[in-house]
Amino acid sequence: MSSPRVRKAVSFVMTALCGTAVLFALIPLAFILFFAVSRGVQSLSLDFFTHMPTPVGERGGGMANAIAGTLIVTALGALFAVPVGVISGIYVAEYRETRLATMVRFAADTLNGVPSIVVGVFVYGLVVLPFKQFSALAGGVALGIIMIPIITRTTDELLRLVPGSLREGALALGATRGRAVFSVVLPAALPGIMTGIVLALARVAGETAPLLFTAFNNRFWSTGLTQPISSLTVQIYAYAISPYDDWHRQAWAGALVLILIVLGCSLLARFATMRLERMHVGR
Amino acid sequence: MRISSERWFKIGTGLFAAAVVVLVVGIAIELTRQSWLAIQKFGLAFLTSDTWDPVSGEFGARPFIWGTLYSSVLALLIAAPVALGIAIFLTDLCPPRLRAPLTQLTELLAAIPSIVYGLWGIFVLVPAVRALQVAFPDALRQLPLFSGPPLGVGMLSAVLILAVMVVPYTSSVAREVLRAVPVAQREGAYALGATRWEAIRVALQYGRVGIVGAIMLGFGRALGETMAVTMVIGNTPKLSLSVFAPQYTMAAVIANEFTEAADDLYLHALIEIGLLLFIITLLVNGGSRLLIWRMGRQDAGASRRVAPAAAAAEGGA
Repeated sequence: MSSPRVRKAVSFVMTALCGTAVLFALIPLAFILFFAVSRGVQSLSLDFFTHMPTPVGERGGGMANAIAGTLIVTALGALFAVPVGVISGIYVAEYRETRLATMVRFAADTLNGVPSIVVGVFVYGLVVLPFKQFSALAGGVALGIIMIPIITRTTDELLRLVPGSLREGALALGATRGRAVFSVVLPAALPGIMTGIVLALARVAGETAPLLFTAFNNRFWSTGLTQPISSLTVQIYAYAISPYDDWHRQAWAGALVLILIVLGCSLLARFATMRLERMHVGR
Repeated sequence: MRISSERWFKIGTGLFAAAVVVLVVGIAIELTRQSWLAIQKFGLAFLTSDTWDPVSGEFGARPFIWGTLYSSVLALLIAAPVALGIAIFLTDLCPPRLRAPLTQLTELLAAIPSIVYGLWGIFVLVPAVRALQVAFPDALRQLPLFSGPPLGVGMLSAVLILAVMVVPYTSSVAREVLRAVPVAQREGAYALGATRWEAIRVALQYGRVGIVGAIMLGFGRALGETMAVTMVIGNTPKLSLSVFAPQYTMAAVIANEFTEAADDLYLHALIEIGLLLFIITLLVNGGSRLLIWRMGRQDAGASRRVAPAAAAAEGGA
Protein backbone atom coordinates (compact mmCIF):
# COMPACT_ATOMS: atom_id res chain seq x y z
CA MET A 1 0.00 0.00 0.00
CA SER A 2 1.41 3.39 -0.95
CA SER A 3 1.85 6.04 1.68
CA PRO A 4 -1.09 8.34 2.41
CA ARG A 5 0.83 11.27 1.03
CA VAL A 6 1.31 9.59 -2.34
CA ARG A 7 -2.33 8.55 -2.44
CA LYS A 8 -3.46 12.08 -1.67
CA ALA A 9 -1.16 13.45 -4.35
CA VAL A 10 -2.53 10.98 -6.92
CA SER A 11 -6.05 11.93 -5.93
CA PHE A 12 -5.28 15.63 -6.31
CA VAL A 13 -3.65 15.21 -9.71
CA MET A 14 -6.42 13.01 -11.11
CA THR A 15 -9.25 15.26 -9.92
CA ALA A 16 -7.39 18.26 -11.35
CA LEU A 17 -7.14 16.42 -14.68
CA CYS A 18 -10.90 15.91 -14.65
CA GLY A 19 -11.34 19.65 -14.25
CA THR A 20 -8.98 20.25 -17.17
CA ALA A 21 -11.09 17.90 -19.30
CA VAL A 22 -13.97 20.37 -19.00
CA LEU A 23 -11.68 23.09 -20.33
CA PHE A 24 -10.78 20.80 -23.25
CA ALA A 25 -14.45 20.86 -24.24
CA LEU A 26 -15.11 24.52 -23.51
CA ILE A 27 -12.10 25.90 -25.39
CA PRO A 28 -13.14 24.53 -28.81
CA LEU A 29 -16.71 25.63 -28.10
CA ALA A 30 -15.53 29.17 -27.36
CA PHE A 31 -13.26 29.13 -30.41
CA ILE A 32 -15.99 28.00 -32.80
CA LEU A 33 -18.57 30.44 -31.48
CA PHE A 34 -16.01 33.25 -31.48
CA PHE A 35 -15.04 32.71 -35.12
CA ALA A 36 -18.61 32.23 -36.29
CA VAL A 37 -19.71 35.44 -34.57
CA SER A 38 -16.70 37.62 -35.42
CA ARG A 39 -16.41 36.56 -39.06
CA GLY A 40 -20.14 36.22 -39.53
CA VAL A 41 -20.97 39.68 -38.21
CA GLN A 42 -18.50 41.30 -40.64
CA SER A 43 -20.39 40.05 -43.66
CA LEU A 44 -23.88 40.00 -42.27
CA SER A 45 -26.24 42.73 -43.38
CA LEU A 46 -29.89 43.13 -44.16
CA ASP A 47 -29.05 42.20 -47.76
CA PHE A 48 -28.08 38.74 -46.60
CA PHE A 49 -31.70 38.01 -45.71
CA THR A 50 -33.38 39.75 -48.62
CA HIS A 51 -31.06 39.31 -51.62
CA MET A 52 -30.22 36.44 -53.91
CA PRO A 53 -26.70 35.04 -54.32
CA THR A 54 -24.50 37.07 -56.69
CA PRO A 55 -22.12 35.64 -59.27
CA VAL A 56 -18.43 35.38 -58.41
CA GLY A 57 -16.69 38.74 -58.31
CA GLU A 58 -19.82 40.74 -57.70
CA ARG A 59 -19.91 41.91 -54.11
CA GLY A 60 -22.91 41.82 -51.82
CA GLY A 61 -25.82 39.53 -52.34
CA GLY A 62 -27.38 37.22 -49.81
CA MET A 63 -28.94 33.89 -49.16
CA ALA A 64 -32.64 34.72 -49.21
CA ASN A 65 -33.40 31.63 -51.28
CA ALA A 66 -31.35 29.37 -49.02
CA ILE A 67 -33.01 30.65 -45.85
CA ALA A 68 -36.44 30.13 -47.42
CA GLY A 69 -35.31 26.69 -48.62
CA THR A 70 -34.20 25.60 -45.17
CA LEU A 71 -37.55 26.70 -43.72
CA ILE A 72 -39.51 24.91 -46.44
CA VAL A 73 -37.59 21.64 -46.29
CA THR A 74 -37.61 21.57 -42.48
CA ALA A 75 -41.34 22.28 -42.41
CA LEU A 76 -41.92 19.46 -44.91
CA GLY A 77 -39.88 17.16 -42.70
CA ALA A 78 -42.03 18.07 -39.71
CA LEU A 79 -45.15 17.47 -41.77
CA PHE A 80 -44.07 13.86 -42.34
CA ALA A 81 -42.46 13.21 -39.00
CA VAL A 82 -44.83 14.75 -36.45
CA PRO A 83 -47.88 12.53 -37.15
CA VAL A 84 -45.81 9.35 -37.50
CA GLY A 85 -43.62 10.16 -34.50
CA VAL A 86 -46.39 11.25 -32.14
CA ILE A 87 -48.85 8.47 -33.02
CA SER A 88 -46.23 5.72 -32.93
CA GLY A 89 -45.10 7.18 -29.59
CA ILE A 90 -48.69 6.92 -28.35
CA TYR A 91 -48.82 3.27 -29.41
CA VAL A 92 -45.55 2.46 -27.67
CA ALA A 93 -46.66 4.17 -24.46
CA GLU A 94 -50.17 2.68 -24.48
CA TYR A 95 -49.31 -0.90 -25.42
CA ARG A 96 -45.94 -1.08 -23.70
CA GLU A 97 -45.93 -4.83 -23.26
CA THR A 98 -46.75 -5.84 -26.82
CA ARG A 99 -44.10 -7.28 -29.09
CA LEU A 100 -44.67 -4.51 -31.64
CA ALA A 101 -43.95 -1.84 -29.00
CA THR A 102 -40.61 -3.47 -28.18
CA MET A 103 -39.80 -3.66 -31.86
CA VAL A 104 -40.73 -0.02 -32.43
CA ARG A 105 -38.58 1.12 -29.53
CA PHE A 106 -35.68 -0.89 -30.92
CA ALA A 107 -36.30 0.38 -34.45
CA ALA A 108 -36.44 4.00 -33.26
CA ASP A 109 -33.13 3.64 -31.44
CA THR A 110 -31.61 2.01 -34.51
CA LEU A 111 -32.92 4.74 -36.80
CA ASN A 112 -31.52 7.37 -34.46
CA GLY A 113 -28.05 5.87 -34.89
CA VAL A 114 -28.18 5.62 -38.69
CA PRO A 115 -25.76 8.19 -40.15
CA SER A 116 -27.69 11.00 -41.83
CA ILE A 117 -25.78 10.52 -45.10
CA VAL A 118 -27.15 6.97 -45.27
CA VAL A 119 -30.66 8.34 -44.89
CA GLY A 120 -29.85 10.60 -47.84
CA VAL A 121 -28.77 7.61 -49.95
CA PHE A 122 -31.96 5.76 -48.99
CA VAL A 123 -34.21 8.67 -49.96
CA TYR A 124 -32.30 9.08 -53.22
CA GLY A 125 -33.30 5.55 -54.17
CA LEU A 126 -36.82 5.95 -52.79
CA VAL A 127 -37.85 9.38 -54.09
CA VAL A 128 -35.25 10.90 -56.40
CA LEU A 129 -34.68 7.94 -58.72
CA PRO A 130 -38.34 7.15 -59.45
CA PHE A 131 -39.14 10.82 -60.21
CA LYS A 132 -35.79 11.33 -61.96
CA GLN A 133 -35.38 14.67 -60.22
CA PHE A 134 -33.91 16.21 -57.09
CA SER A 135 -36.71 17.89 -55.19
CA ALA A 136 -37.64 19.79 -52.06
CA LEU A 137 -40.01 16.92 -51.34
CA ALA A 138 -37.15 14.40 -51.28
CA GLY A 139 -35.22 16.66 -48.90
CA GLY A 140 -38.26 16.88 -46.65
CA VAL A 141 -38.66 13.10 -46.59
CA ALA A 142 -34.98 12.71 -45.63
CA LEU A 143 -35.23 15.22 -42.77
CA GLY A 144 -38.53 13.65 -41.69
CA ILE A 145 -36.92 10.21 -41.40
CA ILE A 146 -34.25 11.71 -39.16
CA MET A 147 -36.87 13.43 -36.97
CA ILE A 148 -39.19 10.44 -36.53
CA PRO A 149 -37.21 8.44 -33.96
CA ILE A 150 -36.55 11.54 -31.85
CA ILE A 151 -40.25 12.40 -31.73
CA THR A 152 -41.33 8.79 -31.12
CA ARG A 153 -39.06 8.42 -28.11
CA THR A 154 -39.92 11.83 -26.66
CA THR A 155 -43.67 11.19 -26.96
CA ASP A 156 -43.30 7.74 -25.40
CA GLU A 157 -41.28 9.05 -22.47
CA LEU A 158 -43.52 12.03 -21.80
CA LEU A 159 -46.77 10.07 -21.99
CA ARG A 160 -45.38 7.71 -19.40
CA LEU A 161 -44.87 10.64 -17.03
CA VAL A 162 -48.58 11.55 -17.08
CA PRO A 163 -50.15 10.34 -13.81
CA GLY A 164 -52.22 7.19 -14.26
CA SER A 165 -55.09 8.75 -12.30
CA LEU A 166 -55.78 11.15 -15.20
CA ARG A 167 -56.33 8.32 -17.63
CA GLU A 168 -58.30 6.28 -15.10
CA GLY A 169 -60.52 9.27 -14.40
CA ALA A 170 -61.33 9.61 -18.09
CA LEU A 171 -61.98 5.88 -18.45
CA ALA A 172 -64.18 5.90 -15.35
CA LEU A 173 -66.31 8.61 -16.93
CA GLY A 174 -66.94 6.25 -19.82
CA ALA A 175 -64.41 7.54 -22.32
CA THR A 176 -63.05 5.07 -24.82
CA ARG A 177 -59.33 4.48 -24.78
CA GLY A 178 -58.78 6.65 -27.85
CA ARG A 179 -60.86 9.43 -26.31
CA ALA A 180 -58.97 9.19 -23.02
CA VAL A 181 -55.63 9.40 -24.79
CA PHE A 182 -56.44 12.15 -27.26
CA SER A 183 -58.48 14.44 -25.03
CA VAL A 184 -56.95 13.87 -21.59
CA VAL A 185 -53.54 12.17 -21.53
CA LEU A 186 -52.03 13.72 -24.67
CA PRO A 187 -52.97 17.32 -23.80
CA ALA A 188 -51.33 16.85 -20.39
CA ALA A 189 -48.08 15.82 -22.06
CA LEU A 190 -48.36 18.23 -24.98
CA PRO A 191 -46.05 21.02 -23.80
CA GLY A 192 -43.24 18.52 -23.31
CA ILE A 193 -43.89 16.88 -26.67
CA MET A 194 -43.83 20.29 -28.37
CA THR A 195 -40.44 20.90 -26.78
CA GLY A 196 -39.22 17.59 -28.18
CA ILE A 197 -40.47 18.52 -31.64
CA VAL A 198 -38.71 21.89 -31.52
CA LEU A 199 -35.47 20.15 -30.51
CA ALA A 200 -35.85 17.72 -33.40
CA LEU A 201 -36.48 20.64 -35.78
CA ALA A 202 -33.38 22.41 -34.50
CA ARG A 203 -31.33 19.32 -35.13
CA VAL A 204 -32.46 18.68 -38.69
CA ALA A 205 -32.32 22.35 -39.69
CA GLY A 206 -28.55 22.01 -39.29
CA GLU A 207 -28.27 18.85 -41.40
CA THR A 208 -26.32 19.00 -44.64
CA ALA A 209 -25.45 15.45 -45.65
CA PRO A 210 -28.99 14.13 -46.23
CA LEU A 211 -29.81 17.13 -48.46
CA LEU A 212 -26.79 16.91 -50.78
CA PHE A 213 -28.49 14.53 -53.21
CA THR A 214 -32.14 14.85 -52.26
CA ALA A 215 -32.99 18.56 -52.18
CA PHE A 216 -29.70 19.29 -53.97
CA ASN A 217 -29.15 23.03 -54.44
CA ASN A 218 -30.56 25.85 -56.47
CA ARG A 219 -29.06 29.24 -57.34
CA PHE A 220 -32.50 30.67 -57.96
CA TRP A 221 -35.59 31.43 -55.99
CA SER A 222 -37.66 28.29 -55.89
CA THR A 223 -40.61 27.22 -53.83
CA GLY A 224 -41.85 24.39 -56.03
CA LEU A 225 -41.89 21.13 -54.09
CA THR A 226 -40.88 19.09 -57.12
CA GLN A 227 -37.91 21.33 -57.94
CA PRO A 228 -34.41 21.22 -56.46
CA ILE A 229 -34.21 23.73 -53.62
CA SER A 230 -31.42 25.52 -51.85
CA SER A 231 -30.76 25.31 -48.13
CA LEU A 232 -28.53 27.28 -45.78
CA THR A 233 -26.38 24.27 -44.98
CA VAL A 234 -25.77 23.07 -48.53
CA GLN A 235 -25.16 26.65 -49.63
CA ILE A 236 -22.60 27.16 -46.85
CA TYR A 237 -20.89 23.96 -47.99
CA ALA A 238 -20.80 25.07 -51.62
CA TYR A 239 -19.35 28.45 -50.64
CA ALA A 240 -16.88 27.01 -48.13
CA ILE A 241 -15.19 24.68 -50.63
CA SER A 242 -15.09 27.37 -53.34
CA PRO A 243 -11.84 29.28 -53.89
CA TYR A 244 -13.38 32.78 -53.63
CA ASP A 245 -12.99 35.10 -50.66
CA ASP A 246 -16.36 36.74 -51.23
CA TRP A 247 -18.05 33.38 -51.03
CA HIS A 248 -16.10 32.44 -47.92
CA ARG A 249 -17.45 35.55 -46.25
CA GLN A 250 -20.97 34.55 -47.26
CA ALA A 251 -20.36 31.10 -45.81
CA TRP A 252 -19.40 32.60 -42.43
CA ALA A 253 -22.47 34.81 -42.45
CA GLY A 254 -24.59 31.76 -43.26
CA ALA A 255 -22.96 29.80 -40.44
CA LEU A 256 -23.79 32.57 -37.99
CA VAL A 257 -27.43 32.65 -39.08
CA LEU A 258 -27.60 28.86 -38.87
CA ILE A 259 -26.13 28.83 -35.36
CA LEU A 260 -28.59 31.50 -34.27
CA ILE A 261 -31.52 29.47 -35.64
CA VAL A 262 -30.36 26.14 -34.19
CA LEU A 263 -29.15 27.37 -30.81
CA GLY A 264 -32.11 29.73 -30.55
CA CYS A 265 -34.51 26.82 -30.98
CA SER A 266 -32.74 24.54 -28.55
CA LEU A 267 -32.30 27.25 -25.91
CA LEU A 268 -35.98 28.09 -26.24
CA ALA A 269 -36.89 24.42 -25.86
CA ARG A 270 -34.61 24.00 -22.88
CA PHE A 271 -35.98 27.08 -21.20
CA ALA A 272 -39.50 25.79 -21.74
CA THR A 273 -38.55 22.40 -20.29
CA MET A 274 -37.10 24.03 -17.20
CA ARG A 275 -40.29 26.05 -16.68
CA LEU A 276 -42.35 22.89 -17.13
CA GLU A 277 -40.29 20.93 -14.67
CA ARG A 278 -40.69 23.67 -12.12
CA MET A 279 -44.44 23.63 -12.69
CA HIS A 280 -44.56 19.88 -12.14
CA VAL A 281 -42.52 20.07 -8.96
CA GLY A 282 -44.81 22.80 -7.70
CA ARG A 283 -47.84 20.60 -8.10
CA MET B 1 -69.45 -0.83 -29.64
CA ARG B 2 -66.90 0.04 -27.00
CA ILE B 3 -64.74 -2.96 -27.73
CA SER B 4 -64.64 -2.21 -31.41
CA SER B 5 -63.57 1.42 -30.90
CA GLU B 6 -60.82 0.15 -28.60
CA ARG B 7 -59.76 -2.18 -31.37
CA TRP B 8 -59.69 0.60 -33.95
CA PHE B 9 -57.53 2.73 -31.70
CA LYS B 10 -55.03 -0.07 -31.33
CA ILE B 11 -54.96 -0.84 -35.04
CA GLY B 12 -54.83 2.82 -36.07
CA THR B 13 -51.93 3.77 -33.81
CA GLY B 14 -50.32 0.39 -34.46
CA LEU B 15 -50.12 1.13 -38.18
CA PHE B 16 -48.07 4.26 -37.54
CA ALA B 17 -45.91 2.36 -35.07
CA ALA B 18 -45.32 -0.41 -37.60
CA ALA B 19 -44.27 2.26 -40.11
CA VAL B 20 -41.22 3.01 -37.96
CA VAL B 21 -40.18 -0.64 -38.06
CA VAL B 22 -40.89 -0.87 -41.80
CA LEU B 23 -38.69 2.18 -42.32
CA VAL B 24 -35.63 0.51 -40.79
CA VAL B 25 -36.18 -2.73 -42.67
CA GLY B 26 -36.88 -0.67 -45.79
CA ILE B 27 -33.54 1.10 -45.53
CA ALA B 28 -31.71 -2.23 -45.39
CA ILE B 29 -33.64 -3.67 -48.35
CA GLU B 30 -33.46 -0.56 -50.49
CA LEU B 31 -29.72 -0.10 -49.95
CA THR B 32 -29.10 -3.73 -50.88
CA ARG B 33 -31.33 -3.47 -53.95
CA GLN B 34 -29.69 -0.27 -55.15
CA SER B 35 -26.18 -1.65 -54.75
CA TRP B 36 -26.90 -5.05 -56.28
CA LEU B 37 -24.76 -4.50 -59.41
CA ALA B 38 -21.68 -3.83 -57.29
CA ILE B 39 -22.41 -6.64 -54.84
CA GLN B 40 -22.79 -9.10 -57.72
CA LYS B 41 -19.75 -7.96 -59.63
CA PHE B 42 -17.19 -7.59 -56.84
CA GLY B 43 -18.49 -9.84 -54.07
CA LEU B 44 -16.27 -9.89 -51.02
CA ALA B 45 -13.36 -8.47 -53.00
CA PHE B 46 -15.13 -5.12 -52.61
CA LEU B 47 -13.97 -5.12 -48.98
CA THR B 48 -10.34 -5.97 -49.68
CA SER B 49 -9.54 -4.13 -52.89
CA ASP B 50 -7.73 -0.79 -52.85
CA THR B 51 -8.59 0.25 -56.39
CA TRP B 52 -11.15 3.00 -56.79
CA ASP B 53 -11.24 3.77 -60.47
CA PRO B 54 -14.57 5.02 -61.85
CA VAL B 55 -13.13 5.27 -65.37
CA SER B 56 -12.26 1.59 -65.71
CA GLY B 57 -15.16 0.52 -63.48
CA GLU B 58 -13.01 -1.05 -60.74
CA PHE B 59 -14.23 -0.43 -57.22
CA GLY B 60 -12.85 -1.47 -53.84
CA ALA B 61 -13.82 0.05 -50.53
CA ARG B 62 -10.85 -0.79 -48.33
CA PRO B 63 -9.27 2.70 -48.21
CA PHE B 64 -12.62 4.17 -47.14
CA ILE B 65 -13.32 1.51 -44.53
CA TRP B 66 -9.80 2.03 -43.20
CA GLY B 67 -10.19 5.81 -43.14
CA THR B 68 -13.51 5.62 -41.31
CA LEU B 69 -12.30 3.15 -38.69
CA TYR B 70 -8.88 4.77 -38.22
CA SER B 71 -10.27 8.29 -37.82
CA SER B 72 -12.98 7.13 -35.42
CA VAL B 73 -10.62 5.04 -33.27
CA LEU B 74 -8.08 7.87 -33.00
CA ALA B 75 -10.86 10.37 -32.26
CA LEU B 76 -12.15 8.16 -29.46
CA LEU B 77 -8.63 7.78 -28.04
CA ILE B 78 -8.74 11.54 -27.48
CA ALA B 79 -12.42 11.97 -26.77
CA ALA B 80 -13.01 9.09 -24.34
CA PRO B 81 -10.64 10.29 -21.56
CA VAL B 82 -11.85 13.87 -21.98
CA ALA B 83 -15.52 12.83 -21.93
CA LEU B 84 -14.94 10.64 -18.88
CA GLY B 85 -13.11 13.44 -17.13
CA ILE B 86 -16.01 15.78 -17.83
CA ALA B 87 -18.54 13.22 -16.60
CA ILE B 88 -16.56 12.65 -13.39
CA PHE B 89 -16.09 16.36 -12.82
CA LEU B 90 -19.76 17.13 -13.33
CA THR B 91 -21.06 14.32 -11.10
CA ASP B 92 -18.46 14.18 -8.32
CA LEU B 93 -16.28 17.24 -8.18
CA CYS B 94 -18.14 20.24 -9.50
CA PRO B 95 -19.51 22.87 -7.11
CA PRO B 96 -23.31 22.43 -7.26
CA ARG B 97 -23.87 25.96 -8.49
CA LEU B 98 -21.69 25.43 -11.56
CA ARG B 99 -23.10 22.05 -12.43
CA ALA B 100 -26.13 23.07 -14.49
CA PRO B 101 -24.41 25.78 -16.57
CA LEU B 102 -21.33 23.63 -17.27
CA THR B 103 -23.51 20.68 -18.28
CA GLN B 104 -25.46 22.87 -20.70
CA LEU B 105 -22.28 24.34 -22.15
CA THR B 106 -20.70 20.96 -22.84
CA GLU B 107 -23.94 19.81 -24.44
CA LEU B 108 -23.98 22.89 -26.66
CA LEU B 109 -21.14 21.19 -28.54
CA ALA B 110 -23.66 18.63 -29.75
CA ALA B 111 -26.07 21.32 -30.96
CA ILE B 112 -23.59 23.03 -33.31
CA PRO B 113 -24.28 21.83 -36.87
CA SER B 114 -21.66 19.66 -38.50
CA ILE B 115 -21.27 22.11 -41.40
CA VAL B 116 -20.19 24.83 -38.96
CA TYR B 117 -17.54 22.50 -37.54
CA GLY B 118 -16.41 21.89 -41.10
CA LEU B 119 -16.24 25.58 -41.95
CA TRP B 120 -14.24 26.24 -38.81
CA GLY B 121 -12.07 23.24 -39.68
CA ILE B 122 -11.18 24.53 -43.14
CA PHE B 123 -10.38 28.09 -42.16
CA VAL B 124 -9.07 27.82 -38.59
CA LEU B 125 -8.07 24.28 -37.67
CA VAL B 126 -6.37 23.20 -40.91
CA PRO B 127 -3.95 26.19 -40.98
CA ALA B 128 -3.16 25.54 -37.31
CA VAL B 129 -2.50 21.86 -37.97
CA ARG B 130 -0.30 22.79 -40.93
CA ALA B 131 1.76 25.10 -38.70
CA LEU B 132 2.09 22.28 -36.20
CA GLN B 133 3.23 19.88 -38.91
CA VAL B 134 5.83 22.36 -40.20
CA ALA B 135 7.22 22.82 -36.70
CA PHE B 136 7.29 19.06 -36.13
CA PRO B 137 10.79 17.71 -35.29
CA ASP B 138 12.42 15.90 -38.22
CA ALA B 139 13.48 12.97 -36.07
CA LEU B 140 9.85 12.08 -35.36
CA ARG B 141 8.90 12.67 -38.99
CA GLN B 142 10.79 9.46 -39.83
CA LEU B 143 8.13 7.44 -38.03
CA PRO B 144 5.38 6.04 -40.27
CA LEU B 145 2.84 7.67 -37.96
CA PHE B 146 4.05 11.16 -38.90
CA SER B 147 5.36 10.77 -42.43
CA GLY B 148 4.29 12.90 -45.36
CA PRO B 149 4.34 16.57 -46.34
CA PRO B 150 2.72 19.19 -44.09
CA LEU B 151 -0.57 19.77 -45.89
CA GLY B 152 -2.83 20.63 -42.99
CA VAL B 153 -5.74 18.74 -44.47
CA GLY B 154 -5.58 15.07 -43.55
CA MET B 155 -6.20 12.53 -40.84
CA LEU B 156 -5.07 14.69 -37.90
CA SER B 157 -7.47 17.55 -38.66
CA ALA B 158 -10.33 15.08 -39.09
CA VAL B 159 -9.48 13.30 -35.86
CA LEU B 160 -9.32 16.51 -33.83
CA ILE B 161 -12.65 17.74 -35.14
CA LEU B 162 -14.31 14.35 -34.64
CA ALA B 163 -13.00 14.20 -31.08
CA VAL B 164 -14.62 17.53 -30.24
CA MET B 165 -17.89 16.50 -31.87
CA VAL B 166 -18.10 13.16 -30.07
CA VAL B 167 -17.28 14.36 -26.55
CA PRO B 168 -20.79 15.61 -25.63
CA TYR B 169 -22.46 12.32 -26.61
CA THR B 170 -20.07 10.14 -24.64
CA SER B 171 -19.92 12.43 -21.62
CA SER B 172 -23.68 12.73 -21.31
CA VAL B 173 -24.19 8.95 -21.22
CA ALA B 174 -21.17 8.45 -18.94
CA ARG B 175 -22.64 11.06 -16.60
CA GLU B 176 -25.90 9.15 -16.40
CA VAL B 177 -24.00 5.93 -15.72
CA LEU B 178 -22.01 7.53 -12.92
CA ARG B 179 -25.14 9.06 -11.44
CA ALA B 180 -26.77 5.62 -11.45
CA VAL B 181 -24.01 4.15 -9.28
CA PRO B 182 -25.53 3.65 -5.79
CA VAL B 183 -24.31 6.08 -3.13
CA ALA B 184 -23.31 3.09 -0.99
CA GLN B 185 -20.48 2.34 -3.42
CA ARG B 186 -18.71 5.64 -2.91
CA GLU B 187 -19.61 5.86 0.77
CA GLY B 188 -18.30 2.35 1.32
CA ALA B 189 -15.02 3.37 -0.26
CA TYR B 190 -14.77 6.52 1.86
CA ALA B 191 -15.57 4.51 4.99
CA LEU B 192 -12.60 2.28 4.19
CA GLY B 193 -10.38 5.35 4.09
CA ALA B 194 -10.27 5.87 0.34
CA THR B 195 -9.21 9.22 -1.09
CA ARG B 196 -11.55 11.10 -3.36
CA TRP B 197 -10.01 9.65 -6.53
CA GLU B 198 -10.07 6.12 -5.10
CA ALA B 199 -13.79 6.51 -4.40
CA ILE B 200 -14.31 7.70 -7.97
CA ARG B 201 -12.42 4.67 -9.21
CA VAL B 202 -14.80 2.45 -7.27
CA ALA B 203 -17.73 4.14 -9.01
CA LEU B 204 -16.04 3.77 -12.41
CA GLN B 205 -15.36 0.12 -11.69
CA TYR B 206 -19.01 -0.39 -10.78
CA GLY B 207 -20.25 1.36 -13.92
CA ARG B 208 -17.61 0.04 -16.31
CA VAL B 209 -20.09 -1.78 -18.54
CA GLY B 210 -22.15 1.37 -19.02
CA ILE B 211 -19.00 3.45 -19.57
CA VAL B 212 -17.86 1.13 -22.34
CA GLY B 213 -21.37 1.53 -23.77
CA ALA B 214 -21.02 5.33 -23.63
CA ILE B 215 -17.69 5.18 -25.47
CA MET B 216 -19.16 2.90 -28.13
CA LEU B 217 -22.04 5.32 -28.60
CA GLY B 218 -19.51 8.06 -29.33
CA PHE B 219 -17.72 5.69 -31.69
CA GLY B 220 -20.97 5.12 -33.60
CA ARG B 221 -21.39 8.90 -33.95
CA ALA B 222 -17.83 9.30 -35.22
CA LEU B 223 -18.27 6.57 -37.84
CA GLY B 224 -21.21 8.29 -39.50
CA GLU B 225 -20.03 11.89 -39.27
CA THR B 226 -19.92 13.32 -42.76
CA MET B 227 -19.60 17.02 -43.47
CA ALA B 228 -16.92 18.13 -41.03
CA VAL B 229 -14.72 15.18 -41.96
CA THR B 230 -15.27 15.58 -45.69
CA MET B 231 -14.13 19.17 -45.49
CA VAL B 232 -10.81 18.54 -43.72
CA ILE B 233 -9.60 14.98 -44.36
CA GLY B 234 -8.17 15.63 -47.83
CA ASN B 235 -10.26 13.07 -49.71
CA THR B 236 -7.50 10.81 -51.03
CA PRO B 237 -8.35 7.11 -51.21
CA LYS B 238 -5.01 5.78 -50.02
CA LEU B 239 -4.28 3.50 -47.07
CA SER B 240 -1.83 5.13 -44.71
CA LEU B 241 -0.84 4.90 -41.07
CA SER B 242 0.33 8.49 -41.07
CA VAL B 243 -1.85 11.02 -39.29
CA PHE B 244 -0.42 13.71 -41.58
CA ALA B 245 -1.57 11.99 -44.75
CA PRO B 246 -4.76 13.01 -46.55
CA GLN B 247 -7.21 10.11 -46.48
CA TYR B 248 -10.87 9.40 -47.15
CA THR B 249 -13.85 8.02 -45.24
CA MET B 250 -16.94 6.08 -46.31
CA ALA B 251 -19.31 8.93 -45.52
CA ALA B 252 -17.03 11.45 -47.25
CA VAL B 253 -16.79 9.53 -50.52
CA ILE B 254 -20.57 9.27 -50.69
CA ALA B 255 -20.97 12.99 -50.02
CA ASN B 256 -18.35 13.94 -52.63
CA GLU B 257 -18.96 11.59 -55.51
CA PHE B 258 -22.63 10.68 -55.34
CA THR B 259 -23.90 13.38 -57.70
CA GLU B 260 -20.99 12.73 -60.09
CA ALA B 261 -21.65 9.02 -60.45
CA ALA B 262 -22.45 8.85 -64.14
CA ASP B 263 -22.93 5.13 -64.70
CA ASP B 264 -24.94 2.59 -62.76
CA LEU B 265 -22.02 0.52 -61.51
CA TYR B 266 -20.34 3.60 -60.00
CA LEU B 267 -23.59 4.59 -58.27
CA HIS B 268 -24.15 1.06 -57.01
CA ALA B 269 -20.60 0.91 -55.63
CA LEU B 270 -21.22 4.15 -53.72
CA ILE B 271 -24.53 2.87 -52.37
CA GLU B 272 -22.82 -0.35 -51.31
CA ILE B 273 -20.45 1.80 -49.24
CA GLY B 274 -23.57 3.34 -47.71
CA LEU B 275 -24.88 -0.15 -46.96
CA LEU B 276 -21.59 -1.11 -45.29
CA LEU B 277 -21.68 2.08 -43.21
CA PHE B 278 -25.27 1.26 -42.24
CA ILE B 279 -24.28 -2.24 -41.11
CA ILE B 280 -21.21 -1.11 -39.16
CA THR B 281 -23.07 1.64 -37.30
CA LEU B 282 -25.93 -0.78 -36.63
CA LEU B 283 -23.56 -3.24 -34.95
CA VAL B 284 -21.72 -0.59 -32.95
CA ASN B 285 -24.88 1.17 -31.77
CA GLY B 286 -26.60 -2.13 -31.01
CA GLY B 287 -23.63 -3.23 -28.91
CA SER B 288 -23.56 0.09 -27.13
CA ARG B 289 -27.28 0.00 -26.27
CA LEU B 290 -26.97 -3.57 -25.04
CA LEU B 291 -24.19 -2.57 -22.64
CA ILE B 292 -26.02 0.53 -21.36
CA TRP B 293 -29.17 -1.54 -20.91
CA ARG B 294 -27.26 -4.23 -18.98
CA MET B 295 -25.89 -1.50 -16.76
CA GLY B 296 -29.46 -0.35 -16.08
CA ARG B 297 -30.51 -3.86 -15.10
CA GLN B 298 -27.51 -4.31 -12.87
CA ASP B 299 -28.73 -1.35 -10.81
CA ALA B 300 -31.83 -3.29 -9.88
CA GLY B 301 -29.62 -5.72 -7.96
CA ALA B 302 -27.50 -2.94 -6.50
CA SER B 303 -27.87 -3.80 -2.84
CA ARG B 304 -26.15 -7.12 -3.34
CA ARG B 305 -23.06 -5.58 -4.77
CA VAL B 306 -21.36 -3.77 -1.93
CA ALA B 307 -18.61 -6.37 -1.62
CA PRO B 308 -16.83 -5.48 -4.89
CA ALA B 309 -16.61 -1.88 -3.68
CA ALA B 310 -14.62 -2.93 -0.68
CA ALA B 311 -12.34 -5.09 -2.79
CA ALA B 312 -11.76 -2.31 -5.29
CA ALA B 313 -11.02 0.23 -2.58
CA GLU B 314 -8.35 -2.07 -1.22
CA GLY B 315 -6.90 -2.67 -4.65
CA GLY B 316 -6.76 1.04 -5.31
CA ALA B 317 -5.16 1.91 -2.02
